[in-house]
Amino acid sequence: MNDTVKTAEVVLLLLALLVVAAPGMAQERFEDPELRERFSELTRELRCPKCQNESIAESGAPISEDMRERVRRMMQEGATDEAIRQAMIDRFGSYVSYRPEFAPRTWALWIGPFVALVIGIGVVLLLVARNRARRQIESSELSEEERRRAEQWLRNE
Amino acid sequence: MNRVWLFLPLVLAVTLGVVLYWGLGEDPSELDSALVGREVPSFELPVLHDSKAPAGPQMLKGKVQLLNVWATWCAACRVEHPHLNRLAKQGVPIVGLNYKDERGAALEWLAERGDPYTQVIYDPEGSLGFDLGVYGAPETYLIDADGIVRHRHVGVVDQDVWESDFEPLYERYRKDG
Repeated sequence: MNDTVKTAEVVLLLLALLVVAAPGMAQERFEDPELRERFSELTRELRCPKCQNESIAESGAPISEDMRERVRRMMQEGATDEAIRQAMIDRFGSYVSYRPEFAPRTWALWIGPFVALVIGIGVVLLLVARNRARRQIESSELSEEERRRAEQWLRNE
Repeated sequence: MNRVWLFLPLVLAVTLGVVLYWGLGEDPSELDSALVGREVPSFELPVLHDSKAPAGPQMLKGKVQLLNVWATWCAACRVEHPHLNRLAKQGVPIVGLNYKDERGAALEWLAERGDPYTQVIYDPEGSLGFDLGVYGAPETYLIDADGIVRHRHVGVVDQDVWESDFEPLYERYRKDG
């Protein structure tokens, strides 16, 4: 009996801890569902600089809290999404954006996959063409006349 | 000639391997600072030792100096502090930025461990820290005489880091200024 109560207490305590630990509850502060949606989209696109791969919407790090607070404030002041994103990049570097900019140092990142695709298609086409040419040679049959001449040459030797 | 092409996959695999192996040595927690080459953002904050004295960006101009972000809750700052004391003794001017901390605890810390700072900016809300892009203390910035950030280091500045990363730049900008 006593044990059951104790177990229940422990379970409750663990549940309470889970609730306390859940980060990213910030969107509750916006009443307007449209603003709430915008806020959650923006915070999902910004990466927590302290964490390796968590958006500031998910992260419980203090810096993410500060960043969410700043996003919220800038939204209230009427800043555009682009301005907010740029403000974060200016402070924390392009690392902070999950959407990499299109600049010389990211060209390989953006264009690389397409270049690889084109090369891959080229190689496949080349192999197919070569294979087809080889098969054509193999399957080309001799006419009656050619066969007779060939046999004649063989016999003469 | 055609045979040579057979080795292409091998060459590609080796190249990729080298690139990836090289990437293994990088520290992923170290980010480029967006601020290097730019002026320290403007701020209006009090001085730690005197709540009525204002601190502004002009205190980061006029000579080459370090800006060190620290806090009493920061474990690595404990490790760093003796190194800062040594640098200060060598005559390197260090401005402190007390980040998201309490004045009482911060003053106690300096009384206990020694004060390597020429001045300390008190930033309890972390507002200047935010504008600098601070994401973890300690962080140290090398700032030239014009108030331009020249180098940033996240983590402890010990003897090795000072000698390899900071000292050459420090000497160079001092000569230029």
